[in-house]
Amino acid sequence: MTAPTTHGAPASPPSAGPPPADAASDEALEDPRVVRRRSLGLLGSLLRPVARPAWWTVALVVLAQLAAVAGPALVAYGIDSALPALADDGDARPLVVAAGVYLVLAVGGGLLSAQVVRASARVSQAVLLDLRGRLFRHTQRLSLEFHERYTSGRIISRQTSDTDALRELLDGGVTTLASSGLAMVLTATSLALLDWRSGLVLLVAVVPGVVLTRWFQLRSQRQYRLNRTAAARVIVRFVETMTGIRAVQAFRREEAAGHVYGAEAEVYRRTTADAIRVNGVFDTGLTLIGNVTVAGVLLVGGLRVLDDGLDVGVLVAAVLYARRFFQPLQQIGMFYNSFQSATAALEKLSALLAQEPSVPDPQHPVALREVRGDVRFRGVEFGYGDGPGVLPALDLHVPAGQSLALVGETGAGKSTVAKLLARFYDVRAGAVLLDGVDVRDVAPGDLRRAVVMVTQESYLFSGSVAANIALGRPGASRAQVEAAARAVGVHELVASLPDGYDTLVDKRGGRLSAGQRQLVAFARAFLADPAVLILDEATSSLDVPGEALVQRGLRTLLAGRTAVVIAHRLSTVMGSDRVLVVDGGRVVEDGAPADLATAGGRFAELYDDWQATLRTP
Amino acid sequence: MPPGRPSRSVLLRLVHWGRPAVPRIVVGGLTALGASLLALAVPQVLRSVVNGPLLTDGSRTAVVEAAGLVLALGVLEAFLVWCRRTLILTPGTGVELTMRRDLFRHLLDLPVEFHDRWSGGQLLSRSMSDLSVIRRWMVFGLVMLCVSATTVVVGVGLMIATAPVLGLVYLAGAVPVVWLGFRFRQDYKVVARRARDQAGDLATTVEESVHGIRVLKAFGRGEDALGDFVRQADELRATEVAKARTQSRVTFALGAIPEAVLAVSLAVGVPLAAAGRVSVGALVAFFATAAIVNAPVERLGNLLAMTLDARAATERFVQVVDTVPTVRDPQAPVALPPRPAGGSLVELDGVHFAHPARGSGPVGEVLAGVDLRLEPGTTTALVGLTGSGKTTLLQLVPRLYDVTAGAVRVDGVDVRDLTRAQLRAAVSVAFEDPILFSASVRENVLLGTPADLPAEEAEDLLQGSLDVARAGFARDLPDGLATVIGEEGLSLSGGQRQRVALARAIAVRPRVLLLDDPLSALDVSTEAQVTARLREVLAGTTTLVVAHRPSTVALADRVAVLEDGRITGVGTHAELLATHAHYRYVLTAQEAVDDAARAADRRAQDTDVREDEERTADEAADEAADEWVETAR
Repeated sequence: MTAPTTHGAPASPPSAGPPPADAASDEALEDPRVVRRRSLGLLGSLLRPVARPAWWTVALVVLAQLAAVAGPALVAYGIDSALPALADDGDARPLVVAAGVYLVLAVGGGLLSAQVVRASARVSQAVLLDLRGRLFRHTQRLSLEFHERYTSGRIISRQTSDTDALRELLDGGVTTLASSGLAMVLTATSLALLDWRSGLVLLVAVVPGVVLTRWFQLRSQRQYRLNRTAAARVIVRFVETMTGIRAVQAFRREEAAGHVYGAEAEVYRRTTADAIRVNGVFDTGLTLIGNVTVAGVLLVGGLRVLDDGLDVGVLVAAVLYARRFFQPLQQIGMFYNSFQSATAALEKLSALLAQEPSVPDPQHPVALREVRGDVRFRGVEFGYGDGPGVLPALDLHVPAGQSLALVGETGAGKSTVAKLLARFYDVRAGAVLLDGVDVRDVAPGDLRRAVVMVTQESYLFSGSVAANIALGRPGASRAQVEAAARAVGVHELVASLPDGYDTLVDKRGGRLSAGQRQLVAFARAFLADPAVLILDEATSSLDVPGEALVQRGLRTLLAGRTAVVIAHRLSTVMGSDRVLVVDGGRVVEDGAPADLATAGGRFAELYDDWQATLRTP
Repeated sequence: MPPGRPSRSVLLRLVHWGRPAVPRIVVGGLTALGASLLALAVPQVLRSVVNGPLLTDGSRTAVVEAAGLVLALGVLEAFLVWCRRTLILTPGTGVELTMRRDLFRHLLDLPVEFHDRWSGGQLLSRSMSDLSVIRRWMVFGLVMLCVSATTVVVGVGLMIATAPVLGLVYLAGAVPVVWLGFRFRQDYKVVARRARDQAGDLATTVEESVHGIRVLKAFGRGEDALGDFVRQADELRATEVAKARTQSRVTFALGAIPEAVLAVSLAVGVPLAAAGRVSVGALVAFFATAAIVNAPVERLGNLLAMTLDARAATERFVQVVDTVPTVRDPQAPVALPPRPAGGSLVELDGVHFAHPARGSGPVGEVLAGVDLRLEPGTTTALVGLTGSGKTTLLQLVPRLYDVTAGAVRVDGVDVRDLTRAQLRAAVSVAFEDPILFSASVRENVLLGTPADLPAEEAEDLLQGSLDVARAGFARDLPDGLATVIGEEGLSLSGGQRQRVALARAIAVRPRVLLLDDPLSALDVSTEAQVTARLREVLAGTTTLVVAHRPSTVALADRVAVLEDGRITGVGTHAELLATHAHYRYVLTAQEAVDDAARAADRRAQDTDVREDEERTADEAADEAADEWVETAR
């Protein structure tokens, strides 16, 4: 698809990680306790910053609950006390007090409930914002190696459907748990005070309750894990198909793609339905346990009444209390269900956040303010993942200001050299030095300022053309943006667009042609103004005039700068100071282009081929 | 955004997908109603059981019987709970699945022009979270809304029957509730829609940040991207909080007003009872019923919010599903005549094309009257400046876009008179940006071939196409041709992907082959080899190839020059080079010079093309670069 590809990966590159079907079970291979601890740890770290407002919300819930409980009591007081007072003594004060207090409590309770809605949304949304930011930051920090393995669809599913699952817990969870828990505690206390023996019967219910909950925990955990994985699969399929819609339609794959997606969606449906079913059993089980216990309280209590061990009035109250005790249990069951669903999502989320960048930031970063652009590869060995070596042992010195062209077959290791220099990957052995400093020690910001890479894939973000160019240097003025565009000859084109530089580019820059997108990408690099510029097949989509223009611009830009140019277009290569012919990760020819062209080696062959194509038709 | 239609009509659209589940939803709703009524009845039963047999009879049998009755009712309630779950919730997932599949199929049917306009995140959020919201509403929100409303209506009826004056007082409370509810609906539906749209935009940003990860990394812009993302996520947060604020108003209204009305009822009812105009029993019954009715009233707030969220989700879903594809199969499709022996004829006749106008002002035409005839069995190169519309022109043939005027004909039939399937089976494209799918190399290459192809024939096609496209490297991949490539598999280099995509286009053995700068990522030597093999294979296949380089032009029998939206020259490379200034400029970057000088130049160029190229670029580039350096420094 459009996104992850390794340009210039070796002809038989190592497997770039397991396919997602297996990758999805990555987490399953880990110790479940570790996974659970990690996901609960994530939940804890998300909740900690909002602890104060969260407790405040709980307090509001308790107050609102108390206000609600007071209503019936006031009505009872009104009928039992205020009515006789008014009827017998003509004393209206108790009634006024009762009705007045009730009115105040009604309004107060309403305000409290409203406040609960606001407060819990604030808490929930603050947590989600925190989580989204963390996920985004972390995925940006992870290396390309990771992105090539993980797929964009799965990252999107982490950021969307998994986050949604957590949201459900946060939105309703806290308030439900607080109000239901409070209600149960109050009822249980009342019952224990009323008749502790009946209270003991409730304890018996705890045993099947625990067994059922444990069963539900295990089953729903498995079910929700499957569900999260299935959701991610559906999303991955969706994203891939929509990204490649042109090819789908051109090759009439609508039917087949629909079938594949339909099958994934069916798996997703089934896991959802199964999760609902498991929850249904839990829900029904809780109701059943509660109802059986109520019958038990009645039976035990009734027999005690017969033995004169209990007043009938107390029995009625005890049975009603027992019943009320179990009512919030369904709510708690719902809470636990969304908790289980959120836990499965948190497992996925925490696994993503636990991924260590394979290109870590330095412990003690070295600041590089003024970069000369002296590049040295010292005994560099490299291979992708655990795969075989791509660069056996490369020694290379590019003096500051030199423009170096890398030439060789696809898969010879040219792009690897470029990626190591830009620190998209880290070496296995040896070191890449910039101005004598190991790039692994250079402060990341300084490295990115100093070394910029333009690739064949000129991705444009949705937004204006100007914003896309300004990506090279945030905060650049419009004049600077325009100057960069002029320098690569894309200014006239941009100016001719409906809104000039403010024209919004379509999805993936659709309205601009491939060549135009590449020019915009070049303008970006111009604006970035780096000490070392890497061009990885960056001219492949340009037409001849465009390339000539870019080259002329580059010559000005590159004066006194270090450049590493990878191109199969010899027209691009010939302008450089020095050419390296790479084969199998080794430098086989090294010299000035004009010299190599006549030296009778591989470069000379390429040169002749190229000359021939210019003459051909 | 579509105009705000009444929510009823938008939600009614769901009937189409929900119909199969309707009977079960109704029955499930009834069991839900039964369960909640039963739950209300149980305390009464308990009371009467205790007060009745237990007090009067005093036998152990009676106690056991009473407990047995309560047990039976409890089991029945649990059974009803279970019924509701199995009856509604599971079929609800079936409805969701149908909607999800329908949406996906519709998206596949919508033309490229639609996908150009819509961001991935907006489509994805519709297919995932919107549909899930709709399902929940359908099986829970809708049912509970009905159950709650029924309970309230029945309860208020009972209250009026028990104590008419008090009942009317309670009913009067409904006036502000309804008014506030209406206000709430107006406010909430706007903010609910905004929240869903923003969530879709956020998903788009995530998608772009992952697809564009290389650019962000190359420029070290991760932090800026994060800043933008967090700002956007914060907007969504603010919207959600605003949504909660709106909802809290209705929560207040539905919580406070009924309770306040009860306070008033108490103030009114007690004097009435004291005056003997209402019996104390009726007063007690009134408040007992009111206590039961107030709970569903309070629930209505949440249910209403849920309904409006579902409405916003449905609106978004319907917005896509209702989009009529601009590229459609004809009412009465014409059959493509049998494949001519000498190859197919492709004609572009007065073809105009403009992207649909959007934003400010009209967009100029990309193609403004293209007349081009691709002779049967020949290869034509299409040459023009970058952005001149070559790719667009190419995509008009398989109807990835439709012409705005004029016609494209294959073997004399207007492409719009063919079914898309028939047309696209006859026409095959290799895109410049090679789109491969997460599947094996084999599946990727054989993507466009008929599924019922005999295995042997398919194998031959596969091997042959790989050879022609010089994609033999695929055989050396870890699992050979079964190696999964694409996003979920092995990453290939640009050149490798391009060769696989080329093999895919060839494997179709189409009547018409369209190649969009198919060799741009290949090095010179590979390109020469591919070119040589392609020329052999393409004999008899009418081919249009977009070319940026003389080396690609080498594939073609003749060349067409696309300039300012028109074909301004057709001929051989040599002819055009000699006579067509624009062509010369495009392929060599040389400005127009007179023909004689050109011919002399041509000979000189043989030995030193590069210097030519350098000389050409001066003016614009030099000036521009100098100017840039001044501004930038």
